[in-house]
Amino acid sequence: MPIEIPADNVGLVSPQIAQFDEALPLRSGRSLAEYQLVYETYGTLNAGRSNAILICHALSGNHHAAGYLSMEDRKPGWWDACIGPGKAIDTNKYFVVSINNLGGCHGSTGPTSLDPATGRRYGPDFPIMAVRDWVKSQARLADRLGIEQWLAVVGGSLGGMQALRWSIDYPERLRGCAVIAAAPKLSAQNIAFNEVARQAIVSDPDFHEGHYYEHNTKPRRGLMLARMLGHITYLSDGSMREKFGRDLRTGKLNFNFDADFEVESYLRYQGENFSDHFDANTYLLMTKALDYFDPARDFDGDLAACLAQARCRFLVSSFSTDWRFAPERSEEIVKALMRARKAVSYLEIDAPQGHDAFLFPIDEYVRLIGGFLASLTAGGKH
Amino acid sequence: MRPDLEYISQWIKPGSHVLDLGCGDGSLLDQLRQHKAVTGYGLEIDTQNILECVRKGVDVVHRDLNDGLDDIDDQSFDTVIMTQSLQQTRKPDAIVEAMLRIGREAVVTFPNFGHWTVRSYLSIHGRMPVSENLPYTWYETPNIHFFTFRDFEVLCRERGIKILTRTVVDRNHKSNWRIQMLPNFLGEIALYHMTR
Repeated sequence: MPIEIPADNVGLVSPQIAQFDEALPLRSGRSLAEYQLVYETYGTLNAGRSNAILICHALSGNHHAAGYLSMEDRKPGWWDACIGPGKAIDTNKYFVVSINNLGGCHGSTGPTSLDPATGRRYGPDFPIMAVRDWVKSQARLADRLGIEQWLAVVGGSLGGMQALRWSIDYPERLRGCAVIAAAPKLSAQNIAFNEVARQAIVSDPDFHEGHYYEHNTKPRRGLMLARMLGHITYLSDGSMREKFGRDLRTGKLNFNFDADFEVESYLRYQGENFSDHFDANTYLLMTKALDYFDPARDFDGDLAACLAQARCRFLVSSFSTDWRFAPERSEEIVKALMRARKAVSYLEIDAPQGHDAFLFPIDEYVRLIGGFLASLTAGGKH
Repeated sequence: MRPDLEYISQWIKPGSHVLDLGCGDGSLLDQLRQHKAVTGYGLEIDTQNILECVRKGVDVVHRDLNDGLDDIDDQSFDTVIMTQSLQQTRKPDAIVEAMLRIGREAVVTFPNFGHWTVRSYLSIHGRMPVSENLPYTWYETPNIHFFTFRDFEVLCRERGIKILTRTVVDRNHKSNWRIQMLPNFLGEIALYHMTR
């Protein structure tokens, strides 16, 4: 519980809901007849409506990016380190919008929602979302909020892919695009990790082909394993060594299959905690959206030709110890942008935290984002 | 405008696409953007410099020039610039070749290790020169290749590189008739404008 809310925190926040009755055609060929998006906003939209920043979340993220939901709330939103008064994404200057993506499990229409066609929960029948579908739904929310052009669209990891997609699909609707710890498409190794995570879920006897809600259960073990696996890929070898080393929980080897090492117990805790709060069908769907993301595919694999659509300025950033989306993956984006003669800046930040680094308030990183956003404001409308 | 930037600026056509190798805090690109409406990028290795470029709105890409420039397309820039960094690279000749592969023209500036003070320091003291202009001791200097104007021009001749203009100045970027008479002896900094 925050006894006292710090001065650089956005304070108490509450989510809002936007209902959409116009069908959303999806990349899969299916469509969502109606849907709702849950979102939070921080800061104030200026009179010129020119200071709005969209935050796109990653695989297991949601709309609650900053502030506290109540005075009893133990932890602030997932990117509170970077969003708030005086922070990199300064809510004294900017109007920040953070959305829970469709297919999510935190309030936006997703597998746990009721399908109006059947009156039952969508479950596994919820359409698989592509990154471009999310971006389209986000654009509709922007229309609703009266935001014709974002000052910037910002995202890390899968969120960075959404930001990149924005620049391609709605080039006139953003002035800046910050693509952090992302990749232009997943590698075979990335997809392999996602597949193991999915298999962990679908092979759980409690999965019931995705209809576990009707059996009043959930594939807790599978989701836990998926998260444990994912979590390893978010950390670096060095950060795990630093954090856990070979520390033993009871100070001795127990010669059984319980968690001897601290790292085992940490992963189990993370996995269990996650499986309590996250929906397995959403996890499956989010990993598929990652696997499918490949904007260059529409341009015979030529990313530069694809990014030729873009009009905004780009900031690309990576972290030295990230091996999930290593710096080389960000450099692929940078090279394509340079080839397409787009305005781009790139920095690889020296950070020990691995992929997770994008959530930390690392000094250079905070200054990078803050500087980029400030330069967009100084530049005037394009 | 910084005097060396002013010299360089003369050689840059308005609206051209430029690449600045080792762009530092982005001052040159910032000036060229404002006065010549250029587009393009700086390549820079130092994080603090990169942050300063981003703050200024100068496009900068994090890169160690010693990793080469092989991934940049042939003739994809009008001019490739490198100020006061060539002597710090591992393979200066490869960099110069690459500059004229990816750019139609190149601009290079570097300090002259043939300046009379450097020559006399070495011959009198028998030690590697340390001066106001070259303030580093031998073991901590970032300058790992020492060369003179004449050395550079020999390299250009051998590699078939055409020098369009050469300007030789002192450390304050001033020139006079003495420097023009004996550039390799009296000049401290040279600015070369080159093409193939």
